[in-house]
Amino acid sequence: MKRFFDEELNTLRSHLSLMGEKAIEQLRAAIKALVERDRGAAEEVRRNDDILDELEVKIDEEAIRFVGLRGPVARELRLVIVGMKAGHDLERVGDEANNIAKRAIKLVDERPVKEYVDIPRMAAMAEDMLRDALSAFFDGDEAKAIDVCQRDGEVDKINKQLYRELVGCISERPSTTTAAIELMFVSKALERIADHATNIAEEVIFLLRGKDVRHTDEIKKTQ
Amino acid sequence: MDTSNDNSERSPDAGGEVSQPRMQVERQALGERGTYRQDYISFLNYSFFYGPAQVLYDIELAMPDRQVTALIGPSGCGKSTLLRNINRMNDLIDGVRHEGELLIGGESVYDPHLEVISLRKQIGMVFQKSNPFPKSIYENVIYGLRVAGRKKKSVLDEAVERSLRRSALWDEVKDRLHESAFSLSGGQMQRLCIARAIANDPEIILMDEPCSALDPVATGKIEDLIHELKENYTIVIVTHNMQQAARVSDRTAFFYLGKLVEYGETQQIFMNPANSQTEAYVSGRFG
Ligand SMILES: Nc1ncnc2c1ncn2[C@@H]1O[C@H](COP(=O)(O)OP(=O)(O)OP(=O)(O)O)[C@@H](O)[C@H]1O
Ligand SMILES: [Mg+2]
Repeated sequence: MKRFFDEELNTLRSHLSLMGEKAIEQLRAAIKALVERDRGAAEEVRRNDDILDELEVKIDEEAIRFVGLRGPVARELRLVIVGMKAGHDLERVGDEANNIAKRAIKLVDERPVKEYVDIPRMAAMAEDMLRDALSAFFDGDEAKAIDVCQRDGEVDKINKQLYRELVGCISERPSTTTAAIELMFVSKALERIADHATNIAEEVIFLLRGKDVRHTDEIKKTQ
Repeated sequence: MDTSNDNSERSPDAGGEVSQPRMQVERQALGERGTYRQDYISFLNYSFFYGPAQVLYDIELAMPDRQVTALIGPSGCGKSTLLRNINRMNDLIDGVRHEGELLIGGESVYDPHLEVISLRKQIGMVFQKSNPFPKSIYENVIYGLRVAGRKKKSVLDEAVERSLRRSALWDEVKDRLHESAFSLSGGQMQRLCIARAIANDPEIILMDEPCSALDPVATGKIEDLIHELKENYTIVIVTHNMQQAARVSDRTAFFYLGKLVEYGETQQIFMNPANSQTEAYVSGRFG
């Protein structure tokens, strides 16, 4: 049975979808600015962060209003709560993209440490995880959400590898220290973005199952 | 709604110019301006007494046009009394009196030039227990029109279909219009009463706990219907169901012991009430 306030949930969904697109856009733009050593583009990313902040506030307002006035229960209640949490994760993705853009600006003045291979690869993985986590949310696709959770480890692995590699660069060529440290921050930011994608995926599993799978081995066991 | 009085059969101009239904005129003027007034129904320093017993105290309350206003509060706080004064239903009781003013569209409902009958025609009422007449579905809907002397079949047919569509009942009863109204389920009977209330094309619909005898599905249907009806009607609803008040109303008024404790946007009343008694009541922790 359709209810007159169903439209309000659709609005919440569409704001979340818009937020997901914007967050991914910000991530891509930050990485592009980094690789192309484009200061102007990096500054643009920093200016656009407001959009995500505003969307997060809007989603929170809509969700709180819905809980307060519509009295959702069961899956509808989980949907609103998960929507709020996912909005928060996406806002943090935006913060990390902003952080990457900040590092990209500093790196414009530094000599390159090494060719950009791992960072774009990690960024692509984090972006795919985000995309899949969001589509798992919108399509109610549990298998896809589980898959996202299982990919988090790969990003962690590259982050650690890259960290070791950059430590090596510093000890071999101390002149690269500043640039290498900035790159460690970028790598860490990408690792965090993958974490936020994983959070969203775990929230989707909660939405679909009504059961919290965080901090359990359950998802890993199914591997 | 008392439409059984003989006076209602008088032609509109029988009482001279002053007895024209003023609210109708008011609403047309509003329609042209395309704006809704915030104080369509206004209680001004309004008190009400049953004999020696005062049950409403200095009420100041302005209800907006074409919005839903919910009246909430513990049993006996005066919600029904306030509601029934809007169409002067309480006048039928001996020994009642009021102080202060009650205006609809800027005109006093106590204006000696205003006929109570024309007032009641502008106001439909739906009660807690649905009260269809022992007649067919069709006759129930057009009861008020028949009393008003309307006879033309095409007019009546049209009113039946329009009212039943507006009350979201048409599809369920269109093939059995001449069966008894008592063959309907409780939720359907309540929607039939809403159809009857709107057949006269009123300005205002008053509802006193319209869903208290209904199951959740029928309740949901009535709530959706209220949401649709507010496009055309000003609705005042008494309810003991906090979730319902939160869902269907735009404004909420909380009463306690005959006094208006707090009144505001429903969102504010339910999410951030200013008064601690309101907070306790809407959280179900009152008393
Ligand atoms: N006809 C009457 N004669 C005398 N007193 C009355 C009459 N009707 C109601 N009252 C009294 O007026 C007060 C307000 O009653 P009212 O019916 O307006 O309350 P209410 O808020 O609608 O309560 P409920 O939630 O139980 O329907 C109560 O104390 C009641 O006893
Ligand atoms: Mg009552």
